[in-house]
Amino acid sequence: MAGIAVSTTINGDHAEFLCHPDETLLEVLRERLGLMGVKEGCGTGDCGACSVILDDRLVCSCLVLGAEAEGRQIATVEGMAQGDRLHPLQQKFLEHAALQCGICTPGFLIAAKDLLAKNPDPTEEEIRFGLAGNLCRCTGYDKIVRAVQDAASVMRGA
Amino acid sequence: MTFDPSHAARSFSSVGTRPIRPDGVDKVTGRARYGADFNMPGQLIGRILRSPHAHAVIRKIDTSKAEQFPGVKAVVTAADLPDLTDGDTSMYDILDNCMARNKALYDGHAVAAVAAIDARTAKQALKLIDVEYELLPHVTDVDQAFAADAPLINETIFTTGVDPKPDRASNVSMRSQFGHGDVDAGMAEADFVVARTFKTEQTHQGYIEPHACVANVSSDGTADLWVCTQGHFVYRQHCAQLLGLEASRLRVTSSEIGGGFGGKTHVWAEPVALALSRKAGRPVKLVMTRDEVFRATGPTSATSIDVKIGAMKDGTIIAADATLRYSCGPYAGSWAEVGAMTAFACYKLENVRTVGYEVLVNRPKTAAYRAPSAPMAAFAVESAIDELAKKVGMDAVDFRIKNAAQEGTKASYGPVYGPIGIGPTLEAVKNHPHMKASLGKNQGRGMACGFWFNFGGQTCTDLNIGMDGTVSLAVGTVDVGGSRASLSLVAAEELGIDYAQVRAVIADTSSLGYNDMTDGSRGTFSSSMATISAARNAIKILRARAAQMWDIPVEDVTWEKGHAVAKGETHGNLPNLSLKEIAAASGTTGGPIAGHSEIVADGAGVSFATHICDIEVDPETGATKVLRYTVVQDAGKAVHPTYVEGQYQGGAAQGIGWALNEEYIYGKDGRLQNAGFLDYRIPVCSDLPMIDTQILEIPNPNHPYGVRGVGETSIVPPLAAVANAVSNAVGVRMQHIPMSPPRILAALEA
Amino acid sequence: MVEVTLWGALAAAAEGNSKVEVEAKNIRELFKKLSERFPGLTPLMDRGIAVAIDGTIYRDTWSKELPAGAEIYLLPRLAGG
Repeated sequence: MAGIAVSTTINGDHAEFLCHPDETLLEVLRERLGLMGVKEGCGTGDCGACSVILDDRLVCSCLVLGAEAEGRQIATVEGMAQGDRLHPLQQKFLEHAALQCGICTPGFLIAAKDLLAKNPDPTEEEIRFGLAGNLCRCTGYDKIVRAVQDAASVMRGA
Repeated sequence: MTFDPSHAARSFSSVGTRPIRPDGVDKVTGRARYGADFNMPGQLIGRILRSPHAHAVIRKIDTSKAEQFPGVKAVVTAADLPDLTDGDTSMYDILDNCMARNKALYDGHAVAAVAAIDARTAKQALKLIDVEYELLPHVTDVDQAFAADAPLINETIFTTGVDPKPDRASNVSMRSQFGHGDVDAGMAEADFVVARTFKTEQTHQGYIEPHACVANVSSDGTADLWVCTQGHFVYRQHCAQLLGLEASRLRVTSSEIGGGFGGKTHVWAEPVALALSRKAGRPVKLVMTRDEVFRATGPTSATSIDVKIGAMKDGTIIAADATLRYSCGPYAGSWAEVGAMTAFACYKLENVRTVGYEVLVNRPKTAAYRAPSAPMAAFAVESAIDELAKKVGMDAVDFRIKNAAQEGTKASYGPVYGPIGIGPTLEAVKNHPHMKASLGKNQGRGMACGFWFNFGGQTCTDLNIGMDGTVSLAVGTVDVGGSRASLSLVAAEELGIDYAQVRAVIADTSSLGYNDMTDGSRGTFSSSMATISAARNAIKILRARAAQMWDIPVEDVTWEKGHAVAKGETHGNLPNLSLKEIAAASGTTGGPIAGHSEIVADGAGVSFATHICDIEVDPETGATKVLRYTVVQDAGKAVHPTYVEGQYQGGAAQGIGWALNEEYIYGKDGRLQNAGFLDYRIPVCSDLPMIDTQILEIPNPNHPYGVRGVGETSIVPPLAAVANAVSNAVGVRMQHIPMSPPRILAALEA
Repeated sequence: MVEVTLWGALAAAAEGNSKVEVEAKNIRELFKKLSERFPGLTPLMDRGIAVAIDGTIYRDTWSKELPAGAEIYLLPRLAGG
């Protein structure tokens, strides 16, 4: 097939793939590389379910082309836990019941990870605005904000 | 099964605790598989062609070019889904909605579909299908469609529920009426009367996961369907009927579901995927785009509601009257009937009348949305109640307390109430610190009540005890928000074992008896009843096996805290046998140990909630900010209180979005103008405050632990609570939601 | 003998009777007898009817007994979201 050869790093591992010039990073991650934890809710950058961290930037992978991954570092939800040890955000999402249906959860975890990397001690308002690009229809966000607050506190202590 | 009063005083060991859900780790690590996360070897990708017209006769569909396009393996139209509904009009409507037969009835109505080797090819092939439309006049507004001279959508619809029977077709499919007493006489006696007309716009359930399925039909007549749904057994029935398959040969597996809220209660694209797979002889994956989800699935009714309520000087409501017009899309439904039943359900009324009209419009087929139809009626009634309280000169909460329904009250929809929670939620709100907090400039506080019936339904569970003493609970009600956790708690409670020893899974349609879908707040209510009964059946067997092991009569064996206990003078010295020990010996005491249950879980308890909302309005821009929000609701018994809180908070957030932002916007051309999350704006994290919750527990007399449904009632009060808050903040009665900034400005300038 | 109250649309189909006395021991028998007496009710029953017995709504338990003196109220069969 006519495709662009891309060499990249995903969750710390080297990855190579061929993709069409107009193929999104989301399509590549899900359909070519099998990283189904990256969810598609809209395909237009409005819901944040497909959030990944590209180098040090939080992006909607549906708005990034697969070809743009060349030589970059991509972090997805699949890379958050270390073996069977959950990331503090994952653990706190479970403890606070910050998910109901769970479809938005991978995107929220990635967005929260990016937020805490840049601001380890955010106020409630900073969390709310930091996560405003991610839609959740089940929880009303209350328990998500509390889980992020709790995880931030654990991560600062660690 | 009835409530065991001893449970009221009993201290539960598992029920009421807050453990981590069994499906949690998979959901935070990305391993949980939703509708679109499943692929089959050799699968094709399906795509649907949709009408760009609101109302048009389909003259001709030419699929020949698409069929010849390289990589296309099947093209289907209505001709590939022949009518097998045998006079079942509601199934015929579902079939016609899945694939338009003679007319396209709304912008987004499916007219053809293709299956191709990849999404790119399928998309290109859609463009090669020629559809010849003959445009018809359309109508998308509920009031315009109600008018006598409106364009007629379905010439076979004659209004039911009117006498004499109408002699000409109209867009009004049904009139329904409820109530008792003499409303006109009561109204004439009233010292104060409020009469208003309210409008609500159409909203979507807004689940984040688009509809998705993988269908695989084999040439031997067997088929598999992987799908995100609120009811895989219901989807099996629908698909089997529409495709002419035997139900037992169609195995439906429900994926994890990324939200439903009523929108995944009947089939949309699944029969199309099956028809494509049958024709192509290969598996077909079909995932809707977000645009398709908005244009073709879901939405709730748009409404127009007249309310008139009269009260005496002492604050007693003497008469209440409402006329409710609900749009239902282009097919008849009964959404207005439900609005008419729920409208005044919170109150004790001597004279009450509600009349509902169901109105066809050229918009997508209306689907249930969390306590369907109740929020709009509550918005109209609770707004008028607030205004009437002011006229009478009473506090909004006291006025409602004075008129609240109670045990023995004749409900506005007919029957007499048993024990109910409206009074207690109002008392809790009256005493809540939120009601006493001070407000600043341009800020207002509103409160409102809400009611929902809750339902039970057909339910089946299997409880299997493994040789190692762990328990596998197979459930047939799809888990939409944590019910596997609550049902594991219930199984642990009954068996007297640890929550960690129980693992609940959702079984596919070939592995369990029929289950109604997860709707009507029934998931935990009905499956917990079935689980209790399955566990009790298993305990009977466990006791018999222990009796064998001890060689004593089974009557002398009781079950206590996860152990068989030998009773009676002669057996007093036998050490208790644990579930694990009995399970380990099961191979030689009669084989596997299991408990099954097949029930109709009737007797769900009606549910009430009262909400408080503080809001700030910017008078220059009309922008609003929710400052504080409190939910008080009766749960009967909260099995997993954290997830009960989650239901309260989630429903409130959806209601706030409905009240302030969300609406379908149609152009004059009858096309939907905001089919995406950017322009159809659901609340985001920065739009909302923390949502406080207070769980009341007034036991449901028809459930062994007192459980009522909790999923839906929380979306009923917010529209009115927010509207009352805005009205109080700006000093003008808001009558049209959503209260978007332009509408608030218009109300201020009027 | 139980007294059964019919909601508006049902009463219209039952020759205008909003209250009907029926000799029935359970929901199944009630439906059967109503249908025999008022054939106009049959299409509405096919669409779905629920029975409230002393305020509790039953949609599917047709074996449910109708206790003497209980309030029996017929309602449309509803579903939720």
